[in-house]
Amino acid sequence: MANAQPLLSVRGVSKAFLGVSALENVDFTLQAGEVHALLGENGAGKSTLIKIITGAYRRDEGEVLLEGTPIYPRDVVDAQKLGIGTVYQEVNLLTNLTVAENLFLGRQPKRFGLTDVREMNRRSRAILDTYGLHIDVTAPLANFSVAIQQVVAIARAVDISGKVLVLDEPTASLDAHEVEMLFAVVRQLRARGMGIIFISHFLDQVYEIADTITVLRNGRLIDTVPVAGLDRLKLVSMMLGRQLESDIKRTIDPDTPKSEPLVSLRGLGKRGNVDPLDLDIRQGEVVGIAGLLGSGRTETAQLVFGIERADSGTISVAGTPVAMTSPRKAIAQGFAFCPEDRKTDGIVGDLSVRENIIFALQAQRGWMRPLSRSEQEALADRYISALDIRTSDREKPIKFLSGGNQQKVLLARWLATNPRFLILDEPTRGIDVGAHAEIIRLIIDLCERGMALLVISSELGELVGYSSRIIVLRDRKMVSELTGDEISTDHIMKAIASHGATGEAA
Amino acid sequence: MAVPTIVRERTPQLIVLAVILALNAVISPGFFSIEIQNDRLYGSLIDVLNRGAPVTLLAIGMTLVIATKGIDLSVGAVMAIVGAVAASLITSGYSLPATLAGALFVGLVCGLWNGALVALLDIQPIIATLILMVAGRGIAQLITEGVILTFNDKPELIFVGSGSFLSLPMPVIIWIVIAILAILVVRRSALGLLIEAIGINRRASTLSGVNSRVILLAVYAVSGLCAAVAGVIAAADIKGADANNAGLWLEMDAILAVVIGGTSLLGGRFSLVGSLMGAMIIQSLNTGILLAGFPPEFNLIIKAAIILIILIVQSPASQTAMANFRANRQTVAVKTESREHAAR
Repeated sequence: MANAQPLLSVRGVSKAFLGVSALENVDFTLQAGEVHALLGENGAGKSTLIKIITGAYRRDEGEVLLEGTPIYPRDVVDAQKLGIGTVYQEVNLLTNLTVAENLFLGRQPKRFGLTDVREMNRRSRAILDTYGLHIDVTAPLANFSVAIQQVVAIARAVDISGKVLVLDEPTASLDAHEVEMLFAVVRQLRARGMGIIFISHFLDQVYEIADTITVLRNGRLIDTVPVAGLDRLKLVSMMLGRQLESDIKRTIDPDTPKSEPLVSLRGLGKRGNVDPLDLDIRQGEVVGIAGLLGSGRTETAQLVFGIERADSGTISVAGTPVAMTSPRKAIAQGFAFCPEDRKTDGIVGDLSVRENIIFALQAQRGWMRPLSRSEQEALADRYISALDIRTSDREKPIKFLSGGNQQKVLLARWLATNPRFLILDEPTRGIDVGAHAEIIRLIIDLCERGMALLVISSELGELVGYSSRIIVLRDRKMVSELTGDEISTDHIMKAIASHGATGEAA
Repeated sequence: MAVPTIVRERTPQLIVLAVILALNAVISPGFFSIEIQNDRLYGSLIDVLNRGAPVTLLAIGMTLVIATKGIDLSVGAVMAIVGAVAASLITSGYSLPATLAGALFVGLVCGLWNGALVALLDIQPIIATLILMVAGRGIAQLITEGVILTFNDKPELIFVGSGSFLSLPMPVIIWIVIAILAILVVRRSALGLLIEAIGINRRASTLSGVNSRVILLAVYAVSGLCAAVAGVIAAADIKGADANNAGLWLEMDAILAVVIGGTSLLGGRFSLVGSLMGAMIIQSLNTGILLAGFPPEFNLIIKAAIILIILIVQSPASQTAMANFRANRQTVAVKTESREHAAR
């Protein structure tokens, strides 16, 4: 195979944003007639790499060769002209226009300066015929299912570009039958000799369609391997960065008498988000949630905290059922929630560190009972020193703090409300090593002081380190609950990698 | 101690206000003279405070709405509705307290209507309040049955617009009292913080337990109430309710006052004191243009030009330029100083 010149070759590409490296010296090679899956968790650098290839970003270093020639796409349109087309998860076509108009938007066949509708429709039919799609091209795109819209988007991209096709999570909103239909199209394009980059979080689909897999993690290339013969467990460990090894675990005295659960979920679920699940969380217990991105981890936390409303099941707090219809209701029960996306869901950027720390407590007290300035300052100073928040001044707007310090401020915000149940969604993502260790210590400390915690994390080693119990989610279902000696990254990865019917945790 | 901070934060507005007042004095030499006649203060400055009452009141409510990242286009129309309600109540023989209560109640309902569209139905504020802006004058015309409803024989209501108390015109007393009340409530309670937080990041605020919907509802209600007071003053001033012209375009002046006062249309940090200064700047402009005796057709253009200049001076780009200029001068000064030092 060494003789074949690769269709697309990325060599030593790096990209940094404001000094933070997003991609470091990454190589990626796509052959003609290949479906190449690009895998990695959030922040691995997948989308940065794709955006460099498709011209949305400029690379800082390295080169991109298309059929051996270096290319420097200025923007997405430029990349399309060079032969690189992209189809995103959310179809970005205009659903109120007809199928034919969507296929030829911006490049309509002209006659006497006007769009030649008959010619456009004729050509559209011809194009879609090659995909085995016989639909009315004069009907608005909105009349068709997402899968067909997806195929139209692909047809447009292929017709314009025709060399490299990037599919960015194309199957995320499709059902099994529609995925099959989409894959038939992908196979056909592969047979035609196109190079296809396929991004998906569904490992089953990757195994079904891809020839080669490239795994990125933390902006670095981990490996490029053929799919045939690749062990699932090995793939998951490549993505998550954990080897099968013995873990450092918090020693939990097994003789501790089991108290009544503080929070219990019974059949809690929401259609399309999370399948119904049962879970008990006791005081002095950390329950970990593991699973790949999109497995329903965050969605579960959102149901518990009343951000999304469950359409089945109940939540009981200390034995009493509670209708969790809003975050306020949850907070009134002594719940607290540190969200995954600090920027949009957590910090109030222009407010000071002090105001952000007292914020949830003040909201709980209501506007009529303000905390005095001196109370606010005392609270802020206490948490700034207790959590070692690095800021020059408590009056500094929080948006100027580093990610780790913002996270500590958010933890302080909730600790100030003195919660009995704390939910943490990816508490250590995107923060520096020092703050990382401090937050883990804090989790253990809070737990020992009798708080109940629910922690979602992609860092399995961490999760194993502090959890009393771990539940594993896959494809929006709880597939395993690990307790005692079963708690290990090994078991978690096996549960994530297991496929078919309800997975057995080894 | 608190006053100097306010002065320091509002320096640009104070400078602009001073410049415009000085220009007025140049145009009309007697501008700063104040005299007492019949136990009442008279003079152009008092006139600015008096004529500025409606915009000032609207700007108070508008500031809070804009701080939540919203906008209230309906306040001018609400003034017309409330003026019509007040006029028809007083002419149907209701007492002054009943008339005022009815007028304020109608303003509150208008505000709650806007608030419900924004907070409960999540309609964009500019569209939500546009509805009442358009419908409002129609409603006012229905109330007055298409005529200008006058109440020349009702001195008690006229007093609200042109009477005086402690030598000051009533409208001035009313807006100053309401402004002080608003500032106290917003800054002494946690309301100011929660309003700013919603404007900066509504989702994060809701997730932290802020009752965003109720607070949004409340700020639009306050805006409606402020417009109601302004509407009563405007009607009392002309001794009648003019559904077509009462409060016409005043929503734009109010928005402008807020922006000149230094509150961003993007929401978040706000300053009521700044907005009050903004309102005074606008009224000084209006009075100055009148005093200057330009042909009336130039008024709006001159006003627009001066406002443009104010906004350019306040824009982030020129602020940065000013800061650079100042920094350069300082380094030059330091250099000269050190040279002198060396020479010695």
